[in-house]
Amino acid sequence: MAWSLNADRPIYSQIVERLETQIVSGQYKPGDKLPSVRELAAEAGVNPNTMQKAFADLERSGLIITQRTSGRTVTEDVAMIQQIQKSLATEQILSFFERMEELGYDKENTLKLMELISKEAK
Amino acid sequence: MEPLVQIQDLTKNYSGHPGAVSNLTLELSKGKIIGLLGPNGSGKTTLIKMLNGLLVPTSGKILINGKNPGIETKAMVSYLPERTYLQQHLSVGEIIDFFTDFYADFKPDVAYGMLQNLGINPKDKLKTLSKGTKEKVQLILVMSRQADLYILDEPIAGVDPAARDYILRTIINNYNENATILLSTHLISDIENVLDEVIFIKNGSAILHTSVDSIREEQGKSVDTYFREVFAC
Repeated sequence: MAWSLNADRPIYSQIVERLETQIVSGQYKPGDKLPSVRELAAEAGVNPNTMQKAFADLERSGLIITQRTSGRTVTEDVAMIQQIQKSLATEQILSFFERMEELGYDKENTLKLMELISKEAK
Repeated sequence: MEPLVQIQDLTKNYSGHPGAVSNLTLELSKGKIIGLLGPNGSGKTTLIKMLNGLLVPTSGKILINGKNPGIETKAMVSYLPERTYLQQHLSVGEIIDFFTDFYADFKPDVAYGMLQNLGINPKDKLKTLSKGTKEKVQLILVMSRQADLYILDEPIAGVDPAARDYILRTIINNYNENATILLSTHLISDIENVLDEVIFIKNGSAILHTSVDSIREEQGKSVDTYFREVFAC
């Protein structure tokens, strides 16, 4: 089954986000070997060159490392993974605040509502 | 890097339809999957037939690996025409034998593997197969060659969405990194994730040649949506 990708944003940046999520959530653990470009491209239903470009991006940020002989692995730098996890989470929260503001909730009321719902959900 | 295909000022006039292809200039690089997109009658098939040496240009030139379309380029180009040309009374296996004899770069084991994955019996005669299955067989034959350039004219139009996914995966998995695939289609949304580049062709000329992601970045919309705008009737 091909990955579900949004139609109006660049494909490669969506792949980057998806792989980042898989790494920070621990689906790929520090030091894990990643599938080859071609395998992952076929799984995602995208062009191999696009997958290559996404990998290159993740290499630049240091999240994945290319070993000369054994393909690509996830970095073992746990602190870096945590830092990226935090920044992805921050992005989510900021965009959530924005949408709440569109609904007429300022930050304070948003937090109050969140606490209430969180208690009720228990 | 030397482009795989160079097309310069290419024009094809038919009597009664001048400018089917008109002053078209294009370069196709190696290792790309390229969509040739345009409305009906925009010149896609005429261009494809000239690339395959089936039509002679009125003027302009085409070079594939530095060669004019002809016997030598037919050994480098694997072509899926719009319509079938296979003998209907032959079985799929007999056609595979025929292709093995005919093309030095044909890999029968690859073809049999794909037939098996799609549940097609090689003993079946072509005339007993459904339209969609015939199209699958034909695409399998074309993709089982180790060509430099694959030219696919409407490769997925007649097959169901599940087979379409399989075929696209097959294309991704099978083509070699230096080979280029040029495919024409109307089903843009099904295929745009697989494309590196797109060419928009209008009234016989290439009006746009860019990457899928640059359209998405610059326009903030999919190639499919952008196509509908550019070619709005």
